[in-house]
Amino acid sequence: MRTLRFLLQKEFRQIFRDRSILPMIFLMPTIQLLILPQAADFDVRSITLAVVDQDHSTYSRQLVSKVLATGYFHLTGMETSYQAALRYVEQDRADLILQIPAGFERKLVRENAQSLFVAIDAINGSKASIGGSYLTSIIGDFNNQIRFKWTGQMPSLLDIVYSHWYNPTKNYKNYMVPGILVLLLTLVGGFLSALNIVREKEIGTIEQINVTPIRKWEFILGKLIPFWVLGLVVFTLGLTIARFVYGIIPLGSIPLLYLFAGVYLIAILGFGLLISTYSQTQLQAMFVAFFFIMIFTLMSGLFTSTDSMPFWARVLSFLTPVTHFIEVVRMIVLKGSTFAEVRNQFGYLVLFAVFLNGWAILNYRKTS
Amino acid sequence: MIRVEQLSKTYGDVRAVREVSFAVERGELFGLIGPDGAGKTSLIRILTTLLRADSGTATVGGYDVVTDYRAIRNTVGYMPGRFSLYQDLSIEENLHFFATLFGTTVRENYAVIRPIYEQIEPFKKRRAGQLSGGMKQKLALCCALVHQPTVLFLDEPTTGVDVVSRKEFWDMLGLLKSQGMTILVSTPYMDEASLCDRIALIQEGKILSVDTPAAIPGQYRGILLAVRADEIYALLKDLRALPWLKSCYAFGESIHCTVGQPADAARLREALTGHSNLEVKEIPASIEDCFIQLMNP
Repeated sequence: MRTLRFLLQKEFRQIFRDRSILPMIFLMPTIQLLILPQAADFDVRSITLAVVDQDHSTYSRQLVSKVLATGYFHLTGMETSYQAALRYVEQDRADLILQIPAGFERKLVRENAQSLFVAIDAINGSKASIGGSYLTSIIGDFNNQIRFKWTGQMPSLLDIVYSHWYNPTKNYKNYMVPGILVLLLTLVGGFLSALNIVREKEIGTIEQINVTPIRKWEFILGKLIPFWVLGLVVFTLGLTIARFVYGIIPLGSIPLLYLFAGVYLIAILGFGLLISTYSQTQLQAMFVAFFFIMIFTLMSGLFTSTDSMPFWARVLSFLTPVTHFIEVVRMIVLKGSTFAEVRNQFGYLVLFAVFLNGWAILNYRKTS
Repeated sequence: MIRVEQLSKTYGDVRAVREVSFAVERGELFGLIGPDGAGKTSLIRILTTLLRADSGTATVGGYDVVTDYRAIRNTVGYMPGRFSLYQDLSIEENLHFFATLFGTTVRENYAVIRPIYEQIEPFKKRRAGQLSGGMKQKLALCCALVHQPTVLFLDEPTTGVDVVSRKEFWDMLGLLKSQGMTILVSTPYMDEASLCDRIALIQEGKILSVDTPAAIPGQYRGILLAVRADEIYALLKDLRALPWLKSCYAFGESIHCTVGQPADAARLREALTGHSNLEVKEIPASIEDCFIQLMNP
């Protein structure tokens, strides 16, 4: 125990002496939490629109001003021909073209029917489909208005009333911030622990340690505990930023969150340790860790919902610890879930912790 | 104290250690002398339980390097060839750290390290990374001694260290030896060989000869002549043309030649009459000469 205490003392001393690690540990969560949720926003705003109005009637002008009044669209061009409007799309100055054919008003009044043409730049698929559907619903609304004006009654429609639970304002940040918190723990736990142990190999100090009678578990615990503590510090910092910058106050129990963070950190530290046992240089460890953390992050449902992935991807996603922890953090923070509701995820995380650490310890040898 | 029998270690195609056998007695200062890549480091790593041999057995202080590795780690001191202490910890912190790993304290063993530690003590608050080469080496030696080992392994301790520090270092080894410590040291420098009690000449993983530094020149076969003239290069060319010379190589300012019998010296002088200031002298073989001969049988 005395040896372990000295190992920890030495590790902390080295961490506090390092000019890059400590600032990074505090700057990384702050900057990431301040920047990422602002940028990674899936709400589509300011769609650029080019209008081809070949009718120039009251109705056509009403339609255009109604579209622009929503605030989602930004008019970049008014043209008289479709070809001219298409130039805007080619130059990336317009995402959508709304074409109003000649005789729009006349036909609408006389024949009670008219067609409109919408062309969409579909390079950014989600922007195109969201922009298209906004436009469709505005046109549908416009349609109803005209009918109401003419017939004096609303068409009989199924009226749908939405109720947005857990995130009533549909604020995307509420969804992103807990996820980014998880990403931070993953970076601290996965990268720093792997690099730290490999550094001992690289500078040769592990040779000197290996000839001492120190036990394997003492050395490993001496490496893992400091990063476990740092991870929890980062987590606390992240929760504080979420509280004061984004006003996200966990609905569920804070101790439960920390319990999960603690177990998750053990799992991800085991992952870092595992990488370090296979790498000889920091460069190798860095690349391998980066490779896996990249996959973990993209497959974890941080940005995209795992439910819409193909089956094989869902299996892969299930097999990364990050997925489960993101799910849990979102459930506890936003839904206020209790342990009973997240006990499956708890089981998975414990399994990951045991598996990754077990493998790493088996693979860690003092003799080559 | 150290007993090595038929030890072999192969890395892929490279046979780093080939059926090596030797023994080191208690209190002996034993030198492993050989060029880079001769297998010195592999041998030391096997004896310090860091590397497992493919075949053969070895014991250190009576403990087997494979089965009793834990006991060995408690009783040996090891100073790797590359400086491998924490550069971001101070002299004091490094020393305390390694003392703790061995379950002891600096104070308990201060007597052992005192002669060496006193030289670096004024800088004890300085980080190891900011020390000079000679001081780093003294610190590394302190760290290897801090648990009072019975056997000390030093892997090329003087490589890359200036002449003064090298001499000081060997003085320290002499001091430790006088305290009864068994020391196994490897070095590529032949001039350090004479400072050991016994040496093993090692080349390509094989031990060529084990003896005292004084006895090794006695094993030299033939008569060694040192030849000098004004035009060394022309001299070397002419010498190489003589088929009856057993060997011929540049050695410092002169050329060393080996011949079979004393009369050959006169024969050599005759063959080289064209050279100005010609000097042919019979000299005793040095360890380096023996090594060169053993390398090219």
